[in-house]
Amino acid sequence: MARNEPTQAVEETLGTDTGSPARRKAVRYAVPVAIAGVAAATIGLVPALAKSGDPDLPKITAEDLIAKVAQSDVQQVSGTVKVTTDLGLPTLPGGASLGSLGEGMAKGGKEGAKGGSPDATTSPQAKLAELASGSHTLRVAADGPDKQRLSIVEQAAEYSVVRNGDQEWAYDSATNTVHHSTAPRDAADAKHGTGPREFKDASPQELAKKALAAADGTTSVTVDGTAKVAGRDAYQLVVKPKADESTIGAVRIAVDAKTGLPLKFTLTPKSGGKAVVDAAFTKVDFGKPAASTFDFTPPKGAKVTEDKSENRAPEGKGGSHQDGALTDGLSGANVIGKSWTSIAEFKAPAGTDRGSKGGSLGKNAGAAGSLLDSLGTKVSGSFGSGHVFSTRLVNVLVTDDGKVYAGAVTKEALVKAAK
Amino acid sequence: MSQADVVVGGARAASPLWQLSLFRSEVTSVFRRWRTIALLGVLAAVPVLVGVAVKIETGGGGAAGHDGAGPAFISQVTNNGLFLVFTSLAATLPFFLPMAIGVVAGDSVAGEAHAGTLRYLLVAPAGRTRLLCAKYASTLVFCLAATLVVAVSALAVGALLFPLGDVTLISGTDVSFGEGLLRALAIAGVVALSLIGIAALGLFVSTLTNSGIAAMATTVGLLITVQIMDQFPQLHAVQPYLFPHYWLSFADLLRAPVYWDQLLDNARLQALYAAVFFSAAWARFTSRDVTS
Repeated sequence: MARNEPTQAVEETLGTDTGSPARRKAVRYAVPVAIAGVAAATIGLVPALAKSGDPDLPKITAEDLIAKVAQSDVQQVSGTVKVTTDLGLPTLPGGASLGSLGEGMAKGGKEGAKGGSPDATTSPQAKLAELASGSHTLRVAADGPDKQRLSIVEQAAEYSVVRNGDQEWAYDSATNTVHHSTAPRDAADAKHGTGPREFKDASPQELAKKALAAADGTTSVTVDGTAKVAGRDAYQLVVKPKADESTIGAVRIAVDAKTGLPLKFTLTPKSGGKAVVDAAFTKVDFGKPAASTFDFTPPKGAKVTEDKSENRAPEGKGGSHQDGALTDGLSGANVIGKSWTSIAEFKAPAGTDRGSKGGSLGKNAGAAGSLLDSLGTKVSGSFGSGHVFSTRLVNVLVTDDGKVYAGAVTKEALVKAAK
Repeated sequence: MSQADVVVGGARAASPLWQLSLFRSEVTSVFRRWRTIALLGVLAAVPVLVGVAVKIETGGGGAAGHDGAGPAFISQVTNNGLFLVFTSLAATLPFFLPMAIGVVAGDSVAGEAHAGTLRYLLVAPAGRTRLLCAKYASTLVFCLAATLVVAVSALAVGALLFPLGDVTLISGTDVSFGEGLLRALAIAGVVALSLIGIAALGLFVSTLTNSGIAAMATTVGLLITVQIMDQFPQLHAVQPYLFPHYWLSFADLLRAPVYWDQLLDNARLQALYAAVFFSAAWARFTSRDVTS
């Protein structure tokens, strides 16, 4: 049969179709290429264009801005927060067992943290450890001091903590389990509260408050222009520790110009590179959230764990399981020094736990000695000898007699502090 | 095949119904095939398997998947049969559904060429562009049909084996069964939409070769490759642009309030893949020699 070639008789005529078949072919193939090109250009250009316009705001001094943050009284807020944490994982003690350490190094930090025992993950403490690595999307809503909700958006699942008055619920949809605790109303602000209190550590407000609380003579605070965060005009506050031994380079806080609410928090290490902690609102709304947001009844068939207050893990223990990026998480430990250069000192957790904690801290040095050498650097000083484990921000010194010193300070400062 | 319909349609080329009749004939030719019916049968069997397995496992009380293992939502299935719809869609979306789409899309042009019927289709004064549009549209109809087969089969099995009632969203809030059903319908729509990217990819591959089998194998192979690439943390820079990357975002419809970011990302990404590969298919199909 004759070749059935495309001819003008059966084809719609294109305006440009006057050339040879080869040229026509080239023009047609240009269409998908053009679409892909336009898409690529849009992906590349839109963020750049969006960034260009820093808002024009009246000048403000650093003192006034700090006062604005302190006076900020935002009761009703809802929005989406993106938290990205990059501690430089290998020595993260939080739940990273030796087995999952390799994954952790391969940047699959989230998976590493998830590798722990599944039963434990419904409790808010265990979830907090997960936030210590990788990138997470949080949805927050608050209406006064009594009603709060925080959800971690996961792939096809969600972990929500709802606080309504003295009732506190944590719901994990992936496992359909509920963690319930009752906090006395007057103790709502007490330090030992679990749930949203602990999660608030990850919100831009709390992080900013901590950084500003540490601001004293050892700190330089400046206002560095303006920025747009989550569609709102904000001032940029830069907090820098003056002490040489601190590993913290700078803390940048974007403060909402109208409400004084910190919208973005970025902590960069002195060694440079990507931010260690970056928490920012991507969407924020100061309207009153729907009341139903804070209602929670355990779903049918969900496994409910009651948290009796006496079972509550003491803060110190919880802290030692967690990342230690915020040294005040280790309130059970002995703190040497003040503010930016404080160093926490505590005994290595003993007992059967130890093996699973990735550190196998010190004692079984015979078998694990070579491993310790490969993970940490051997040091010695007036305290004897030990190993220093470094992350991008926190250095940890584990001495051979089982003491642990940790802080956001240089190795030399740790060795000096250990006695 | 459908040459007869096309010729009849060609007789009233001026009528606006003409486009429709070409489309209709393509749809019937897709759904009249044994292969298509077998594919839909396999898809319908997945929810039955999952439902029966969960029923047997939890026969002595308790719920499946309290350890968080298994496909998404499986721990909720015993409490509410509607969750079997979500579980089944989550279980079939990564592989079964796109594979079925890949088979149908890959076969659409290359299959006709292989059987020697493509030239007869082109004898009709339909124009290659229209023919290609009709082929793509019928593939999209199959996307929707395949998704609905999974959803309806899951709903039926879920209603038979498990109780129905108020639906607990993954945020922990309860909504009425009616609203849950509406959300399930919206999810089926989103899942069908998630497949238009691979449908266009399959159509493009199909215009490259005269062997239907080769086109299907290439499409499914590409799917597997891209799915694997989506798993490597080292490739995280390109992952947001891989077509399966946001597939599981349909679950975001089950949050309260609904989390739109990834759903919109998914829609944009699928539209982009559809536009690029459909126009590539068009460029190839309207400028090549058809000899069989």
